[in-house]
Amino acid sequence: MAKITLSNLAHSYLPNPQKDADYALKKLNHVWEDGAAYALLGPSGCGKSTLLNIISGLLTPSEGQIFFNEQDVTHADTADRNIAQVFQFPVVYDTMTVKQNLAFPLKNRGVDAQYIEARVNEIAQMIGMQDVLNNKAQGLTADAKQKISLGRGMVREDVNAILFDEPLTVIDPHMKWELRTQLKALHQQLEHTMIYVTHDQTEALTFADKVVVMYDGKVVQIGTPKQLFEQPEHTFVGYFIGSPGMNLLPAKIEGSIALINGTAIELGADYNNPTGKVEIGVRPEFCSFSDDGSGLMVKINRVEDVGRHKIVRTQFAGINLNIIAPSSARIPADTCHVKFDLAAINVYVDGWRIEAQQTKHEAAL
Amino acid sequence: MKKRFNKSALIMGLYILFLMLPIYWLINMSLKTNNEILGTFSLWPQNLTFANYMVIFTDPSWYWGYINSIIYVVMNTVISLAVALPAAYAFSRYNFMGDKHLFFWLLTNRMAPPAVFALPFFQLYSSVGLFDTHIAVALAHTLFNVPLAVWILEGFMRGVPKEIDETAYIDGYGFFRFFAKIFTPLIASGIGVAAFFCFMFSWVELLLSRTLTAVDAKSIAATMTRTVSASGLDWGVLSAAGVLTIIPGALVIYFVRHHIAKGFALGRV
Amino acid sequence: MKTVNQKAWFLVLPVLLLVGFSAVIPLMTVVNYSVQDTFGNNVFYWVGLEWFEEILHSERMHNALGRQVIFTTIIMLIEIPLGIFISLHMPQKGVWASVCLVLIALPLLIPWNVVGTIWQIFGRIDIGLLGYSLNALGIDYNYVQNATAAWITIVIMDVWHWTSLVVLLCYAGLQSIPDAYYQAAKIDQASRWNVFRYIELPKMMGVLLIASLLRFMDSFMIYTEPFVLTGGGPGNVTTFLSIDLVKMAIGQFDLGPAAAFSLIYFLTILLISWVFYTIMTNIDKREGI
Repeated sequence: MAKITLSNLAHSYLPNPQKDADYALKKLNHVWEDGAAYALLGPSGCGKSTLLNIISGLLTPSEGQIFFNEQDVTHADTADRNIAQVFQFPVVYDTMTVKQNLAFPLKNRGVDAQYIEARVNEIAQMIGMQDVLNNKAQGLTADAKQKISLGRGMVREDVNAILFDEPLTVIDPHMKWELRTQLKALHQQLEHTMIYVTHDQTEALTFADKVVVMYDGKVVQIGTPKQLFEQPEHTFVGYFIGSPGMNLLPAKIEGSIALINGTAIELGADYNNPTGKVEIGVRPEFCSFSDDGSGLMVKINRVEDVGRHKIVRTQFAGINLNIIAPSSARIPADTCHVKFDLAAINVYVDGWRIEAQQTKHEAAL
Repeated sequence: MKKRFNKSALIMGLYILFLMLPIYWLINMSLKTNNEILGTFSLWPQNLTFANYMVIFTDPSWYWGYINSIIYVVMNTVISLAVALPAAYAFSRYNFMGDKHLFFWLLTNRMAPPAVFALPFFQLYSSVGLFDTHIAVALAHTLFNVPLAVWILEGFMRGVPKEIDETAYIDGYGFFRFFAKIFTPLIASGIGVAAFFCFMFSWVELLLSRTLTAVDAKSIAATMTRTVSASGLDWGVLSAAGVLTIIPGALVIYFVRHHIAKGFALGRV
Repeated sequence: MKTVNQKAWFLVLPVLLLVGFSAVIPLMTVVNYSVQDTFGNNVFYWVGLEWFEEILHSERMHNALGRQVIFTTIIMLIEIPLGIFISLHMPQKGVWASVCLVLIALPLLIPWNVVGTIWQIFGRIDIGLLGYSLNALGIDYNYVQNATAAWITIVIMDVWHWTSLVVLLCYAGLQSIPDAYYQAAKIDQASRWNVFRYIELPKMMGVLLIASLLRFMDSFMIYTEPFVLTGGGPGNVTTFLSIDLVKMAIGQFDLGPAAAFSLIYFLTILLISWVFYTIMTNIDKREGI
């Protein structure tokens, strides 16, 4: 087990990268703590697979270094890194039995036969395949094959890290839930460093202690699920996480007042006079209808009842604004006023979240 | 990584050298005069000459060999594809009485030694007055090309989801319009591969094309074997003729080079 | 699932007519000859299975069959492993992959008689690079007179001509293996041999069977190349089944024996091919799951 350090890491698939856009993975410094469970979340093409392949050694980064504990493994071979990886599609050795599949990584490392036998049985129990141990892998369903892949990933106890590359893509929805819970339990039991790549926010948020959100080759935020929800560091995080995502309203800010298309809103903190592309972000969960006529006057387009709550799709001066209301709430017809929970307002300049002056001031004291 | 690449490059280099050396030698021979071929042993022509090629380009009995071959090869490819397309569609889409036996019977014709059919073909085509015509050779070659084309096309067609047919029929397409407008473009690469193989096997065959032709439709392969015995082994001209038979094949390969790998798997990978 | 539709017969009708014309009618002629004898003038009389008996007991047929089986066995034992080996070293992508593919495929599109001519010239001791060099090195090599030399030349010629087919088929099989398999194998610390044994070979099984079937059929029917190269000689040592059959049918015009010979020959190929075909469709089915 190891702490993984990325130092000034960057990668480009082009031989001579010139500008920022040439990099599939932009310069990055990060430490993956030993024994933690991370999720690497982002849309397809954001560079998450590139990063994973650099960690597993299938790719050599064009810049920077990568350390396992204190050892520089930037140019080390995959086999020497002692990691395990589970891929998006099941990779099983068709001609072997389930048992031989699970034993394969151990056997190749010359592990004692008795230990292999015991360990394979243990893993088979975990993934619920002890009954089919002696069947050929070929005839199994995709679900079962992927379970074998997961089992093969976990069969070695001394790995530095286990990497998962969207491992539940081919799994049936009800099995997904079960396997994810199992993985979480296994992590608590084995305490391996785990990195789980996915584009599914539910998967990321339920699996990981810490979620690393990537966008356009950059890591835009690393944080607990709670942080990602309450204080998205980048408008992308706000928009990508949550269902529906964060509302973003272009604004002009003067001190603690935001002007949105002429309507003034109290922000509850002093943000000075930021320049650039200024937006305020509020999650739909923190928007509510005001009875006193304060706040923004919006036009209601549509109401979606999703059971637990209602999603109200509205528009304010051409900008979409979503509101989550309790399922019991009475939705006004046509137009109404919307107010925001002061503590839940975030301010963004050029996409990045800025802190309020006041808080900074207080922190300095 | 680096080391393995070099080892692979060495192995590939040796193999390609093994393949190219005899061909090079043929080219070498074709550019020498007969005196030089028999008189001195040299790795490349000492007195470069194109006289051997000029013989072929100026003598009708030579260059007509090429034209005849091309004619029956093209005819064969067209006929084979035309009959194989609907049949392959039937095999890939429907169950019908005796379909499996029929399919295997078709394949058995690919397994029939041409030597077995040489004499009966000669008698058959003579009796219907087709002896020494292009169409006779083209038809004879369908014996092994049609089964192959059906087999290849069936493999590619199986890869096209059935839902596409059903959607088209629901959208009001008739069978023929659907086949021409929608289905054919989808299996274009399969048709290309099948055409390639028909061309290849018809182009390289000697026994049947020699048996079924005499003068008017005589193939280049037959021309070569006959000239050998007649003119007392004119090595230079023979080599030049050989080199010229390689060219059409080389051109065809060059055009399909991006599809070779998948093509040779006959759509079954 | 395929639908049952008897009208599909209309779609296969053109093939039936065409192949019927070019296969069934000639085959009937052969069957007809095989049970009759003639004294010329197109007068035939029924002899039953006499020709079959004669051919089945004739030493000539036995020898030709023996040579054929040995030849097919040798070339398959060389071409299949060599083809697999070469395909494993093919460049995967880029310009070199295209160059290699084109060069490798070249021998397959050379007319078979030209293949014979190429090796006829290449192996000659007076004007051929191979024959000349070997003799210059003091090795007694003359495929025109020496039986061993003739055999070796024919085998090398066939390897030269057809190994590429195996290479290309295997290469296609290898290309279909997703990268993840190799990556997983690296992570599992599988040896090169294990990668081949557990990943590459299973994925190549389908195409390897096609390759074996094609190579079996075509080598069992080989005619043109040895005919041009050695004419079946020296003596009869390279007279394979097809060469012998053509000699009998067209050379000596022994129609009855030749016809019986043809049928036995055809049935032998059919039987062995049927075994291949059955195995192949079973594999197809298993992969279809």
